Amino acid sequence: MSSITELMPFVVLIPLIAGPVCALLPGRGLPWLLATLAMTTAFILSAMVLAAVFDGATLSYAFGNWAPPVGIEYRVDAANAFVALLITGVSAILLPWGKPLVDDEVPERQGSFYALVLIALAGLLGITLTGDVFNVFVFLEISSLATYGLIAHGRDRRALIAAFRYLIMGTVGATFLLIGIAVLYILTGSLNMVDIAERLPTAEGARALQVGLGFIVVGLAIKLALFPLHHWLPNAYTYAPSLISALIAATATKVALYVMLRFIFDVFGAAYSFAALPLAAALMALAIGSMFAGSWLAIMQSNLKRMLAYSSVAQVGYMVLGVSLTTLAGLSAAFLHLFNHGLMKAALFASAGLVAYRCGGLGMNDLRGIGRQMPWTLTAFALAGVSLVGLPPTAGFISKWYLLSAAVAADQLWLVGLILITSLMALIYIARVVEIAWMQPRPEGAPAVQEAHWTLLAPVWVLVAANFWFGIDTRLTVGGATRAAQALAGGVWP
Amino acid sequence: MAMTITAAMITEPLIVGEWLHPALLLMLGALPLAVLQGRSRQLWQLILPLLVLGAVVALPAGLTVRLELAGLELVPLRVDKLSLAFAYVFALIIFIGNVFALQVNDGAQHVAAAFYAASGLGAVFAGDLITLYVFWEIMMIASVWLIWRRRRQAAYEAGFRYLIIHALGGMLLLAGIIAYWLHTGSLAFEALDGGGPAFYLILVAFLINAAAPPLHAWLPDAYPEATVTGTVFLSAFTTKTAVYVLARGFPGTELLVWLGVFMTLYGVIYAFLVNDIRRLLSYHIISQVGYMVAGVGLGSALAISGTTAHAFTHILYKALLLMGAGAVLQMTGRSRLTELGGLYRTMPLTFLLYMVGGLSISAFPLFSGFVSKTMIIEAAAVEGRGVIFLLMTLAGVGTFMSTTLKLPWYTFMGRDSGLRPPEAPLNMRIAMGIAALLCFVIGIAPGWLYAILPYPVEYEAYTAGHLIKEMQLLLFTGLGFFLLVGVLGGKDKISLDLDWFYRVPGKRALDRLGAGIRAVDAAARQAFMVRFQALEDWATHLRLSGWPLRSWPTGSMALWTAVVLALLLVFGLGR
Repeated sequence: MSSITELMPFVVLIPLIAGPVCALLPGRGLPWLLATLAMTTAFILSAMVLAAVFDGATLSYAFGNWAPPVGIEYRVDAANAFVALLITGVSAILLPWGKPLVDDEVPERQGSFYALVLIALAGLLGITLTGDVFNVFVFLEISSLATYGLIAHGRDRRALIAAFRYLIMGTVGATFLLIGIAVLYILTGSLNMVDIAERLPTAEGARALQVGLGFIVVGLAIKLALFPLHHWLPNAYTYAPSLISALIAATATKVALYVMLRFIFDVFGAAYSFAALPLAAALMALAIGSMFAGSWLAIMQSNLKRMLAYSSVAQVGYMVLGVSLTTLAGLSAAFLHLFNHGLMKAALFASAGLVAYRCGGLGMNDLRGIGRQMPWTLTAFALAGVSLVGLPPTAGFISKWYLLSAAVAADQLWLVGLILITSLMALIYIARVVEIAWMQPRPEGAPAVQEAHWTLLAPVWVLVAANFWFGIDTRLTVGGATRAAQALAGGVWP
Repeated sequence: MAMTITAAMITEPLIVGEWLHPALLLMLGALPLAVLQGRSRQLWQLILPLLVLGAVVALPAGLTVRLELAGLELVPLRVDKLSLAFAYVFALIIFIGNVFALQVNDGAQHVAAAFYAASGLGAVFAGDLITLYVFWEIMMIASVWLIWRRRRQAAYEAGFRYLIIHALGGMLLLAGIIAYWLHTGSLAFEALDGGGPAFYLILVAFLINAAAPPLHAWLPDAYPEATVTGTVFLSAFTTKTAVYVLARGFPGTELLVWLGVFMTLYGVIYAFLVNDIRRLLSYHIISQVGYMVAGVGLGSALAISGTTAHAFTHILYKALLLMGAGAVLQMTGRSRLTELGGLYRTMPLTFLLYMVGGLSISAFPLFSGFVSKTMIIEAAAVEGRGVIFLLMTLAGVGTFMSTTLKLPWYTFMGRDSGLRPPEAPLNMRIAMGIAALLCFVIGIAPGWLYAILPYPVEYEAYTAGHLIKEMQLLLFTGLGFFLLVGVLGGKDKISLDLDWFYRVPGKRALDRLGAGIRAVDAAARQAFMVRFQALEDWATHLRLSGWPLRSWPTGSMALWTAVVLALLLVFGLGR
């Protein structure tokens, strides 16, 4: 208990401290090396943390020996340890993969680039681990500001506009969150999550509390890219450098979902939240909207990264749908898909990044016939796509199985139909890429494309293998997700 | 001899002790085909199916392998007489199909064919619904490559449609399985009890793969577009796996009797209307699977055994027929009846071997169809289902007419098209020879086929009654055909299609029937296409106008945020 509690804050502190150091390092090799080392260490630490809380324990660390609720507290249970493992794990795999791509796309001032990467990740991890609501806001701003900068590094000039639009929307979201936090502080006089939860039942001002909850949920729904608040996402993902697309696609929206759930369940309390506002209905409506709008728009895209971005909107819909079922099984399915979707999107964006790296463009025309020239990359894409569609034996299938089971168990049979239709739509957009890449001939006069180097392929294949591994051995994913759901809603929901 | 694998033993390699999962063996064994070249690839293509055949034969009936995975009890291997009968013929056809495909230098296609075949084997050995679902989806993914590797635009499009309809079927199956699991708490794949959404979801999913109208369109759409060698595999696994799962899960479902009979006639009628030889044979798959579906629906021991026997023989003779048609396509590059003719001069062996298949599918005595199809028809008769009996017999006449007489006549005999293709490559002829030999051996010595059927049958194919009935039917059909051909042959120009029908005495009736079917069909297609077109126009409009794709102004993004917040609060505070 003691030693791991002391080590736990370092999951955040290591990238946070390594970031500024990175900015000072010269050249191309050193900043990357430091970033990779930092995230690998954080990954090992968060695996240890998850192991320590897997059985339902809660770790609490008070900064500067200021005992909570006065001081800032880091509070870790299965729910956030699970999310932290995803963030650190995916970034530890993607950073080694991304080096040549970053060399290509961001040739200069890599020290500051990697510094931003580390700070963005530290921000996400901070949101995940902290037990203090104001701290959530601070880390949200830290990670968002770093992310705007990273997106603006994209080679396409539209990256600047995309970053600007993300900045506007992200700021609106963060402001909403801040308004909600302010309401909580006014009503309870506390910023510590556990403390607020204890004081809220006796607090005056029911209306204000309802409004505060509304602001927080909507503010985080923007970060989550829930339809119809998703418009910042496609451009941001599309024009960002490949490494950043893969990283934020796999982590950023997941953290937003996690922290939304933390507010709904732990700060306000599930019983209160779902009674005070029509959250179940609202989340379900937005989730279904996301599933259909995202899938439909993904089918119509002619740019691979943009297609994957819209697909993320749809996939976030599945997670929120799981929450909206208001059962423990549904919440577990949401956490499960949160993790699995991180794996599959990381693999998909990573292989798309390799195509962009080798081939230059990501338009469907650029992809024609590329399968025979980059067989390993496109096979990885296809296999990760199988996971996205949710076919066995992949992680995506496990997600779908649990989500469908939860829907059936909640007597919402019509949702089964909707889930199946949208996964059919996922099959359409994935199969279209596979068909174009493998079956169509190369366009006349197109230059030959070389397969990526094996060092680039290895991390992608590790992610693909993880998709299959977690499709068969589900002890970590299903176990972690069930315990995460238990930690949040155990005893409240059936 | 049941064997139990506990969770602790999962860490052991899956291939332990006295059993070896043939599907796993085939999948792992297929991987080298992607990289092997030339002789070594061909050699492995011959050895691997024999290993699989050996693995199947080595499985003792009654073996059940359990596996505990993620809290679900799975049965990846359940061996009984029903699954073994299907597995035997699957293993045989893998070998024959591989011999037929030896000269094809396309690693991806060979791997896809092996995975496809393995998924068929896996499905018939699946003892629980999850395992079944896994193999069901592998089957979909693997089979579409056999279509796409034809590398033609039409094949891509047909493959895509094929993929979508099967994905839909797979999802219905998954939904059905989950509903069934939550309803009954069991995942065992046994006869499913009637009623409830789970029952119908799973049934519809199975019927999609069985190509039962109106869910059949994928089959005649995609199979003729597949590669020459791929079609041989395709004809064997998807529909027959569906027959197996129907026989396992839905024996005695009355709906299936009528659906099956409808299929037998539907396939035959549509086969008359098409011009592509492989499409014609594809419609006959629907027709023949109709017998099996009806047999499952009858559900008696004789009917299930007849279904199994018919699936066994059907796989062999249908592969033979499609190999014959494929050889013609391969050597001439043509597959339309109107463009072929007179090929017997240079492809006599292909012609003869094709005719063995034709006589088998028509249930000609001494050939395999006779000993199996008559079992199903007999089962209908035994139960006193007179209408069923007659309709199935009628479909048999149509089958003989188009597969055994019309197709070979206009392909190999008839008008000389001037084509002088050489015989098909040696390995293709050998593959056809093996299949033809099996068709013939089963026809003259049905005893060993009857011995592997799921239920012991006291059925004697060669009784005077059966012989007289079958010979009368066939001979009179044949007589009619050749009389007409003789008349037609007297004139110089014959344009094929249905014109020779017009000269029959009862031509008016047939004429009207044909026109009626075509009119209804045309109207239905027209109505569908109009709606589909409207939908497509709308989608195009959306895409071109860019409305949903436009990057929204930041202001409207913020507006949406306000709208969502306002709605949430209005509904929340207003309560």
